[in-house]
Amino acid sequence: MDRVSFDLATTPLREINAFLHRAPAETESRTVILDRPGGVHNLAVGMAHDWRVTVHGHVGYYAAGMNQTAEMEIFGNAGTGLAENMMSGRVVVHGFASNAAGASAHGGLLVIGGDAGLRCGISLKGGDIVVGGSVGSFSGFMAQAGRLLVCGDAGDALGDSLYETVIYLGGHARSLGADAREEPMTEPDYQEVESLLARAGGNFCTVDPGRFRKIVSARSLYHWNANANQEY
Amino acid sequence: MCGIVGLLVKKPELYSRLGEWLVPMLVGMTERGPDSAGLAVFVPDPDPETTRLSLYAGSSATGAAFDWPVFGQSVCSGLDRRAQVDFRHNHATVSFLVPPEEARTWISERYPALRILASGKNMVLYKDVGLPAEIAGKYRFADFSGSHMVGHTRMATESAVTPDRAHPFTAGGDFCLVHNGSLSNPHGIRRMLEPHGIHFDTDNDTEAACRFLEWRLREGDTLEMAVKRSFQELDGFFTFLMGTAHQLALVRDPFACKPAIVAETGDYVAVASEFRSLAHLPGIADADLFEPAPEEVYIWTA
Repeated sequence: MDRVSFDLATTPLREINAFLHRAPAETESRTVILDRPGGVHNLAVGMAHDWRVTVHGHVGYYAAGMNQTAEMEIFGNAGTGLAENMMSGRVVVHGFASNAAGASAHGGLLVIGGDAGLRCGISLKGGDIVVGGSVGSFSGFMAQAGRLLVCGDAGDALGDSLYETVIYLGGHARSLGADAREEPMTEPDYQEVESLLARAGGNFCTVDPGRFRKIVSARSLYHWNANANQEY
Repeated sequence: MCGIVGLLVKKPELYSRLGEWLVPMLVGMTERGPDSAGLAVFVPDPDPETTRLSLYAGSSATGAAFDWPVFGQSVCSGLDRRAQVDFRHNHATVSFLVPPEEARTWISERYPALRILASGKNMVLYKDVGLPAEIAGKYRFADFSGSHMVGHTRMATESAVTPDRAHPFTAGGDFCLVHNGSLSNPHGIRRMLEPHGIHFDTDNDTEAACRFLEWRLREGDTLEMAVKRSFQELDGFFTFLMGTAHQLALVRDPFACKPAIVAETGDYVAVASEFRSLAHLPGIADADLFEPAPEEVYIWTA
């Protein structure tokens, strides 16, 4: 058997998630096809083995949350909290992703073909996020480590209270958040951008790394400053 | 939580499908709002002389056993001999040709236990406590036809679970609003509106938003202007879906705290809190799907 298919319209979600929670047998195919998800929540949350999951349709909240090792590709859109707290592996959504995509991801790569909603990569802790379209307001809020690459534009307060996540922005931000600032791109930055785009694959390989700008923390909020008059 | 659904069909030959398409949308939002549900139905091109009041008898002494046929005879003999009463369980729609204020006064003097939930020429309204599927069945939502509908499933946070605190809320004629979220300054809004002679039926926060917006419309604002003004006045989290005689309007707060997704095809515009409620719609695979941006006012005309 070279792959397993489930139809979400006729199979209970828990049955599918239980299937994906166990380790595949040595000879078992890792390829799993999920059809007709119909916007179901919590699909493939908590995978911790090297499954290769393909979803045909739109998924609801928290799809591929806490993912470790597994790869998931969604031919559709994703609801709130896609790949939230991902530890490793790879999650690709070809449509749009709603709010808080990749929130607090510690590792792995999240690729969003379309736009992402508000708070994309909020509290990012080491994962990488590549967005083909634009991101909504408050993206990268308090992001601590990892990279957020956005080919399009950003809403308000991009990178507010940023720690050590680096944001690469292809378009324009409506505004930068407190303590976020643009710094010049260096040669290693261009290499990082090129590497992220190459890892994202598909059409991302044709995006010109030369058009990205770098947004990082000004680090002025790292330490309490009693003389700052609380204006930042 | 709470779930919001709305549907507007673009072709007259689809008016008869409206209820049948909307009921699974409403039931699909049961997890977001299992304690109450409601629906406002808008019909196109009603008789311009006829006004319709949506009445609720569930809080009367007789409750669901209220004798609507006798009420209908009494309306015909005492108020308007051309009046018609369409009753479903503890709700009824009474249609009449006398001025609406005369009808309101007549009903509230003789039947003080009846609640007037809505009034208008295009709009009728049903709302009650219970699971959305039970309410949709009890009032036969699937049988309704019309140009557009606004529905809601409630998980109460701001006031008690009673039929009159279920959504949609209405104010004036042919205006309704459903809300997912919570307002933090409804009492301030009430204090601002009450000196204008605006009366409140409940202590619910959504009613404050509904009456504020209807007041602005009555003062001459367009729907878009009224909604934009609400950004200055209303504080809190909200996705609002509003219905007027000919329009459906959608708006989200600046932080987009509460979800919404829109599907548009050549046949319809469908709005829901989540895609789960849209998945069954015909042609959904080819629909234009998008999440409305915060603070943008989306208006569709029937």
